[in-house]
Amino acid sequence: MERLQVLKTYKLYIGGQFPRTESGRYLPIVNEGKTIANVCLASKKDIRNAVVAARKGHESWSSKTAYNRAQILYRIAEMLEVRASVFINELENKGAFKQNATKEVHQAIDRIVYYAGWCDKFQQFFGTVNPVASSHFNFSTPEPQGVVAVLVDSETAFLSVISAIMPAIASGNSVILVAPDSNPLPALTFAEVVNDSDVPAGTINIVSGSIEELKSTFVSHLDINALWYIGGNHALETYFEKESSVNLKRVRVYADADFETEKWDSPYMILDGIEIKTTWHPIEKIGVGGASY
Amino acid sequence: MWKYSPAPESTAAIKLKESYGLFIGGEFVAPNSGQYFDSINPANEKHLAKIALADATDVDKAVIAARAAYEKYWRNMPPAERGKYLYRIARLIQEKAREFAIIESLDGGKPIKESRDVDIPLVAAHFFYYAGWADKLKYAVPGRDPQPLGVAGQIIPWNFPLLMAAWKIAPALACGNTVVLKPAETTSLTALKLAELLQEADLPPGVVNIVTGAGATGAALVNHPDINKVAFTGSTEVGKLIQQSIAGTGKKATLELGGKAANIIFDDAPIDQAVEGIINGIYFNQGHVCCAGSRLFIQESVHDEVVRKLKARIESLIVGDPMDKNTDVGAINSAAQLATIQKYIDLGSKEGAHLFESNIELPQTGFWCKPTLFTGVSQSHTISKEEIFGPVLAVQSFRTIAEVIEKANNTPFGLSAGVWTDKGSKIFNLTSAMKAGVIWANTYNKFDPTSPFGGYKESGFGREGGMHGLYPYLKF
Repeated sequence: MERLQVLKTYKLYIGGQFPRTESGRYLPIVNEGKTIANVCLASKKDIRNAVVAARKGHESWSSKTAYNRAQILYRIAEMLEVRASVFINELENKGAFKQNATKEVHQAIDRIVYYAGWCDKFQQFFGTVNPVASSHFNFSTPEPQGVVAVLVDSETAFLSVISAIMPAIASGNSVILVAPDSNPLPALTFAEVVNDSDVPAGTINIVSGSIEELKSTFVSHLDINALWYIGGNHALETYFEKESSVNLKRVRVYADADFETEKWDSPYMILDGIEIKTTWHPIEKIGVGGASY
Repeated sequence: MWKYSPAPESTAAIKLKESYGLFIGGEFVAPNSGQYFDSINPANEKHLAKIALADATDVDKAVIAARAAYEKYWRNMPPAERGKYLYRIARLIQEKAREFAIIESLDGGKPIKESRDVDIPLVAAHFFYYAGWADKLKYAVPGRDPQPLGVAGQIIPWNFPLLMAAWKIAPALACGNTVVLKPAETTSLTALKLAELLQEADLPPGVVNIVTGAGATGAALVNHPDINKVAFTGSTEVGKLIQQSIAGTGKKATLELGGKAANIIFDDAPIDQAVEGIINGIYFNQGHVCCAGSRLFIQESVHDEVVRKLKARIESLIVGDPMDKNTDVGAINSAAQLATIQKYIDLGSKEGAHLFESNIELPQTGFWCKPTLFTGVSQSHTISKEEIFGPVLAVQSFRTIAEVIEKANNTPFGLSAGVWTDKGSKIFNLTSAMKAGVIWANTYNKFDPTSPFGGYKESGFGREGGMHGLYPYLKF
C-alpha cells in the first residue's frame, strides 16, 4: 500500500504565531475541480489583531541596525532558496507550468537579495545634509512610515507578494499582507520562511481572506499608516484613496503586473514607504574665525 | 520695564490698486460673476482693496490658460531658461522686498519685523534655490528620467501668504509644471502684487495664474478635471476632504496640514535660551503657524522656574500695531479666527486649566488676542489635543524621558517638535523618537529653502523645500 501523504494545515501568521482565524471560517483552494487545501478566511477581528502585532513588530524591527535588517533580509533569501521546491510545487498545484513557477520563485529570491542590499544604503540615497543660510546643522533622514497594509490581487501569486513586502520592510516598516486570491498558498507558506529567519514577531503578518470583505477594516483602522494596493481594480483603488483620508494613510496603488521586470528592483519603491524627517541644530561659533554671538 | 516709542514703518512706498482682477493668461481680467470682495487690514478693519471673486468658470479659464502655457511654452523650454526666469523673479522680489513686506503686514496683520526679516527674504531665497534645480532635475532622481506632471492647482493659507505662494510656485515651475494658485481670501494682496511682478519679469502668459476667492473657488480648482496635481496648505479637515475628492482621479497631492507640536524642555537645558525659543515657538506670527510649539512639556524639576520666566517674558512682549518696527505680536488675521481662538481659551478655563495672559491694553479696533498661557493642562484637555492656530500655549509637566516621548507622540498630528537640552546624545534620542517631520533642537521655527518641511500622520504628506521638495512635482 502506498504511504498516505501528510497534508499541511494552512493557517494565518500574526505576531510570530500561526493561529487559525478566530472566525472559524475557511476557503477551499481548488484546482481542476479538486480541493488542494482549505485556507483561513480571515475576519475583521483577525485584521485588528494583526494591526496590534504589526505595531509592536514595527517598534522592534525599526530599532534594529540597518546592517542587522540587511542580514535578516538576506537570511530570508537563504531560507527561501533551500525550500524553493516547496514554493514551486505550490504554484504548480494551482496550475502553473513548472518552468514558469521555477522562474518566479528564483526571481523572488533574487529580489529579496536585492532589497537586502538596500537596507543600509537607501538612507544615503534619500537623506541629505541641507546647507541652510544660518548657523545651523540641518539634515534630513528617511524613517519608516510604520504599519503598512499590503493588499495583493495578482495572478503572479508569489513574486507579487515579495515585490511589495521587501521594499516596505527594508526601511523598518511592518507589514500586514493579504495574500492574493489567485493562489494564497505560497504567500502563506512564506510565513514559515519568515518565522525561521530571525525576523522579529509582528514585522511581517500574513493572512488569507477577501479584500472586498476586509477593505473597510483596513481603511478605517487608525493605527495603520499606509496602504498599498497591488491590483488593477479601479473602483477598489478609488475606495482606498477616498476612505483612507480618515487618518491620511499614505495610499500607493501599483496597477502594473509586470513583476518580472527590473522596474520592481528600485530604491524608489522604498521611497514610497518612508517619511523624511528634518532636524535642525544650532552651531555654536565661538572661538573660530569670524565668530561672534 | 521701559516703554518703546512708536517706530511705525511708512506705507508711502507701496502702490495698491483700488481693485484687483483675476490673473489669467498673463493679464488681470474681471471675474465672470462681476463680484468682488473686500480685503481689510485686520489691525484696524480699514478697507485695503477690492478683490475679484473667482467662480468655477473663472477657474476653468485659468486651468485652460495654464494648460496652454504648459503645452506652448513651459514644458519644452530648455530647463536652463526656465531656471533663468526663476532667478529673475527672485531678484525682482529682492528689489521690491520693502513694498512686499509692508503690504504683507497691512493685509495679514503680522509684525513688520517678521514680514521684513523672515517672510519676504525667504520668498526670494526660495525662488533663487529652485531656480538652480531647473536644469539639474535628473540628479535629484538618479537612474530616472524625470518629467513634469502638467498643471498644478495650488491652494495656500493666510498665515504666510507670499511665502506659501513661493513654496508652491517655485518648485512647480522649476520642474516644468504650470500653475493655478488660489491665495486665502483674507490675504490675496501680495499674491496679486507677485502677479504684477511676474508680468514685469516677462514670464510667459499662463505659466502662473492666480484666482482669488474662498473655499468654493478652491473646491472648483481641486475638482477641475484638467489639473494633474493638487498642492494644499491648510487645515487637516480640508486636507482630508481634498484626499477624498481626488480619489481615483490620478491627481497627485501634497498636503501640508495642521499640527500640535510638542516643545520639550529638560532640566539640563539652557533655561533662558529655551524660554526665548518657547516664546518664539508659540507667539511668532500670533501663533498662526502650523508647526507652532503649542504643547510645552517642562521637566518637573524646572517647571516652576520656566513658567515664572515665561510669564515675565510674556509680559514684556509688545502687542499692537503690526507696522511698528518694535511690535512682537501683531493682529489676529480675521474676526473668524479670533472667535475660534477665543472659543479655545474659554474651553481651556472651563476644562480646568489655569489661564495666564499678559496684562496689556489691546487696541480698540481690529482683531487682537493677548499672548496666553495655560498651566495645569492634561493630555485630555481640548487645548492640548486640537490645533488652535493662535497665541495660546498649553503647558504640561513630565518626569522621565520615556514619559515625555509617549505624551509628545500621543497625537494624530506629526508636523514638528522641539527639544531643549544641553546633552547631545539626549537630543538625538529625542529627535529620533519624535514622530514628526521637522524637529528643532535648541532652536525653533527656523525655515530655509534647502530644508525639507512637511508632516507625518495627519499633518499631511509630501515635502516642500530642499531636494525632496522636487519629488511631488515630477513623474519619475
